[in-house]
Amino acid sequence: GCPKDDFQEELVIRPLHSGDIYASFQFRTLWETDFMRGNKVSHYRLFPKSLGQVISKFSVRELHISFTQGYWRTMQWGQPFLPSPPGAELWVWFQDSVTDVDGTWKELTNVLSGIFCASLNFIDSTNTVQPSASFKPLGIGNVTDHRFLRYATLPREIVCTENLTPWKKLLPCGSKAGLAVLLKSEKLFHSSFHSQAVHIRPVCQDWQCKTTSWELRQTLNVVFDLHTPGQGKLEWSLFKMFSRTLTEACPLASSSKIYIDITDDPQGEQFEVSPATHLLSQAMVLGDRRTFSVYDLTQQITFGTVRSLNLLIRWKSRDMLRPLLHAERYVAGYGLQTGEIHTLMYNNHPYRSFPVLLLDSVPWYLRLYIHTLTVTSKGKDNKPSYIHYQPSKDRVRPHLLEMLVQLPPNSVTEVTVQFERALLKWTEYTPDPNHGFYVGSSVISSLVPSIVAMDTNSTREQPLFSSFFPCKEESSYFMRVYTEPLLVNLPTPDFSMPYNVICLTCTVVAVGYGSLYNLLTRSFQIEEPSPGLAKRIANIIRKMRGVPPL
Amino acid sequence: MGLLSDPNRRRALISLLTRLNAPICVVCYMAGVAWFMGLAFEPFTLRTYMSENAMGSTMVEERFPAGERALGTGREFSAHKKKAGGMPVDWLVKTMQSRGLEVFTQRFSRRLPFPDEDKERYMVKGTNVYGILRAPRAPRTEALVLSAPCSPGDDNNQAVGVLLGLAQYFRNQVFWAKDIIFLVNEHDLIGMQAWLEGYHHTNTTGMDWSPLQGRGGSIQAALSLELSSDVVTSLDLVLEGLNGQLPNLDLANLFYAFCQKIGVLCTTQGKLQRNDWDSVSGYSHAVQTMMLMVMKQASGRPWGDHGLFLRYHIEAATIKGINSFRQYKTDATTIGRLLEGMYRKLNNLLERLHQSYFFYLMPSLSHFVSIGYYMPAFGLLALILLLRALDLWIQLATPPTFNLNPPPSQMSSPGVLSVLTPLVISHLTGVALYTLPIHFQEIAVEHFPVSETEAVVLTAIAVYTAGLALPHNTHRGLFVPPFNGWKVLKLVAVLYLAVLLGCTALINFSLGFILALTLVPVAAFVTPDVPKALSAFIMVILSPACTLLFSVFLFQELQEMPVSFLDGWMLYLSVISQGILDHALYGSLVYPLVALLVYPCWLLFWNILFWK
Repeated sequence: GCPKDDFQEELVIRPLHSGDIYASFQFRTLWETDFMRGNKVSHYRLFPKSLGQVISKFSVRELHISFTQGYWRTMQWGQPFLPSPPGAELWVWFQDSVTDVDGTWKELTNVLSGIFCASLNFIDSTNTVQPSASFKPLGIGNVTDHRFLRYATLPREIVCTENLTPWKKLLPCGSKAGLAVLLKSEKLFHSSFHSQAVHIRPVCQDWQCKTTSWELRQTLNVVFDLHTPGQGKLEWSLFKMFSRTLTEACPLASSSKIYIDITDDPQGEQFEVSPATHLLSQAMVLGDRRTFSVYDLTQQITFGTVRSLNLLIRWKSRDMLRPLLHAERYVAGYGLQTGEIHTLMYNNHPYRSFPVLLLDSVPWYLRLYIHTLTVTSKGKDNKPSYIHYQPSKDRVRPHLLEMLVQLPPNSVTEVTVQFERALLKWTEYTPDPNHGFYVGSSVISSLVPSIVAMDTNSTREQPLFSSFFPCKEESSYFMRVYTEPLLVNLPTPDFSMPYNVICLTCTVVAVGYGSLYNLLTRSFQIEEPSPGLAKRIANIIRKMRGVPPL
Repeated sequence: MGLLSDPNRRRALISLLTRLNAPICVVCYMAGVAWFMGLAFEPFTLRTYMSENAMGSTMVEERFPAGERALGTGREFSAHKKKAGGMPVDWLVKTMQSRGLEVFTQRFSRRLPFPDEDKERYMVKGTNVYGILRAPRAPRTEALVLSAPCSPGDDNNQAVGVLLGLAQYFRNQVFWAKDIIFLVNEHDLIGMQAWLEGYHHTNTTGMDWSPLQGRGGSIQAALSLELSSDVVTSLDLVLEGLNGQLPNLDLANLFYAFCQKIGVLCTTQGKLQRNDWDSVSGYSHAVQTMMLMVMKQASGRPWGDHGLFLRYHIEAATIKGINSFRQYKTDATTIGRLLEGMYRKLNNLLERLHQSYFFYLMPSLSHFVSIGYYMPAFGLLALILLLRALDLWIQLATPPTFNLNPPPSQMSSPGVLSVLTPLVISHLTGVALYTLPIHFQEIAVEHFPVSETEAVVLTAIAVYTAGLALPHNTHRGLFVPPFNGWKVLKLVAVLYLAVLLGCTALINFSLGFILALTLVPVAAFVTPDVPKALSAFIMVILSPACTLLFSVFLFQELQEMPVSFLDGWMLYLSVISQGILDHALYGSLVYPLVALLVYPCWLLFWNILFWK
């Protein structure tokens, strides 16, 4: 029969403690089909054909691509639903049937570059790594041989409307109907943070996992800045955020919902949402139990009499709990010869330690001195239990450093490594060499103890028998934290006067050095005028007689 | 060069140089001085122009409206400062937070090697407060800094007010592409040093500071603001930084361009520029401005909080508000608009400032002299040393006849020892001059009725004077020096001085030039045969210590604040202590350079004078 497909759309709005507002869109297309094993798929309905062809042509098992403009401020905003580093990030698991992974990767990046109008074609062997532990497949399948994994970031990639348009075209309704109506670039790019991503993975169709289907998740996260001086209530509406209101769900969607995070004050004193809804939903999100107001767009009643939904939110910003894990990174030292990369990882949990996986991919032109690698927590040496290091090769591949480090409770763990700045060949400099060179974000992956498990005074009414052993499901959650990218200055020649330099050097070599060398190495003697014939004969005779010549 | 490979012509040239050596040297010296004085003559200088395209053509409209409110904030700051008896940390943190910045603090402490009597501090403990304005959709890779020192007393409150006012205004603008760090640093330079060391995680001077929690990536440019009155008559631009480093000239151009645009009187070295360059007074005005810059640069000390940024390759300058008795006044709104304009232009930068000059002198804010123009002045002075060296070499190489290749064994073996001894001894004296003052202060304080600071300065002067008595007697005890031994020593000393001054002038032209002005005549004409008493007097007058003394008087004269001899002497003593402190606190290199290299080199010539 006809393969089943299904489309869902969803928007989560979370007022942040800093006073900003976070909107996260997710569009999910599920398709029960098989691209592999020579199966020619030609009839596409909801699933975008361009991506389907990519999956089958390049034998992709999993593909994750994100474009981000801005840096997620963990300390102010808490955790994002889907983390991503500034710039572009791409990681792909290939099927184990692929023989030439590097060649396929190269082709794939070029094709994706066309699909998303981005400079992904700049991904080459000098910025691609194969992480051994940090990026496991998120879909089904147990193949974890990292020979089939490729990971690359482009920290310098600028994300703008030209990337948004092709991304929107992948949606079944485009930006004509449904939640995607809100995605207007003039507002989305007037924000503090913007990130859009595409995730493709195989998932189980049912709990027995007899059949698999392909899942395409398109996500878009945006944080709007709502800074108003003074202590008054903050006010925000869909129209204010997106300069649009909603009038209908995408007709192709089986589900279309808006969630508003009202956890901080469900009673509604500090927090007002209008129109009000009686639909509430609870979920465990990032180790925390959250409560959401739900608006179902497939129900006509949601739009009310004016046939348009413009959610209005009023709330007061408050202090927030420090996020349990966050990280920062910077370059230490001065001068253009050496430097030191410092990565700080904060564990703010009051009593539990947890391990983190740190992944660092550093371009070859920063020559890491790996013997200077130190990991210290609370002033003591902290020996990583696992280190995977692949040294760089000049102009071929970057450094890859992966470490499993245990973060003690309530501590800062500092990872430092010294480097030397390489002198590039003059054609290797970018057109703006004095801007500096980028080093991509470090990736910190971890199972973080959840906030719910920290809740010992048990404010929630719970049966006593249920609360002695921490429940595994709730005790920790997976989290990925990206540090900021680095901008490093390399020794740069003065390109503005190569002509002067060439002229000066040639002159100095030709005139100065040449003659000075002559003067220093030769010995000068005054040549005697040649003697007359008679004298020469006399000298020959004197020589035969054995007396000194005249 | 054909000239030199022809033995006859070479001989002729050499004999010419030998015969006319003294006159040529005199001519060179005069030409060098004349060239230097000519640098301030306007037709010989270039007009400043903006080299950086990213800052040049773009239009910026300044709209900062809240000068009065900023002054109000400044008064509030002043009240809280009085109440807290220092930096009002909590108030600043709260105020910056309410303006929407990410706020962090840094504590630091530093024990000075000896008490600083000028600023009355010894054990320094303080806190820096800084707020970061995060640029929207920027990945924290680049930042700009605006700083205002929190000075004791009633100074600089307006600067903090304007800084907070700008922070509030900037926060509501959308065009920022770089994070902007607003820093209020306590204890001026010491706080700035702590902050910069914390930001870059270096420790060059052994200061204690708590690590920074928030950063904005690599800092592209910084401005430090000093403002102590509600209205100002002019704004002064201070460029001279640590060890005579200067920021890129484009930063000065930017300031000048905005002063012109907004209509603010602007000065450099506290001197307005004049248009009458062709009159004597106009020219002498330009000379004064340039000389002030030369003397400030030569001192190697940071002349504002910006001076410490330069070590980290961050272009920085200090803007000082000056309130004199002129009629025309500028209010805080205008200053705010000026800074807004400058930051918007700096925000446009795509690359670090690198297009314009890093080595320059400014006879006025609109004209500059680049390294290619001022280096010949030094080159002419350095040439004298080379000519003297050549002369000595020829004299040594050809004692009775004109034989160009003497057997080397004749002069080397006793010569080396006779040269080495004074060399070693004078350098040991230098080491004593460098180390003793700080280490002996406790003993000195115990035995003499002086304070620690006086002890340090007086020990330095004592070691310096004792050095005059010591080395010129030393070579005699060991062995009989060869005939002409002093010539070998002088040859070595002259070449040593040439290398020393050459290297100094490359890094800090002003210091190199001032040292050359006094040391080159000494080096050129000292021999054991000149009249002892008179020459000794001249040599002492031209020694580095006396150069410093004259510089102090000249500097005061140029600033139009002449001092009596006694005041000048007190100032001289404090300048010495400040120089030693600059070295210990910020890593200024002038004191070790003078103590370890220049003074020993001068002692060598002193040695030659008393050679027997």
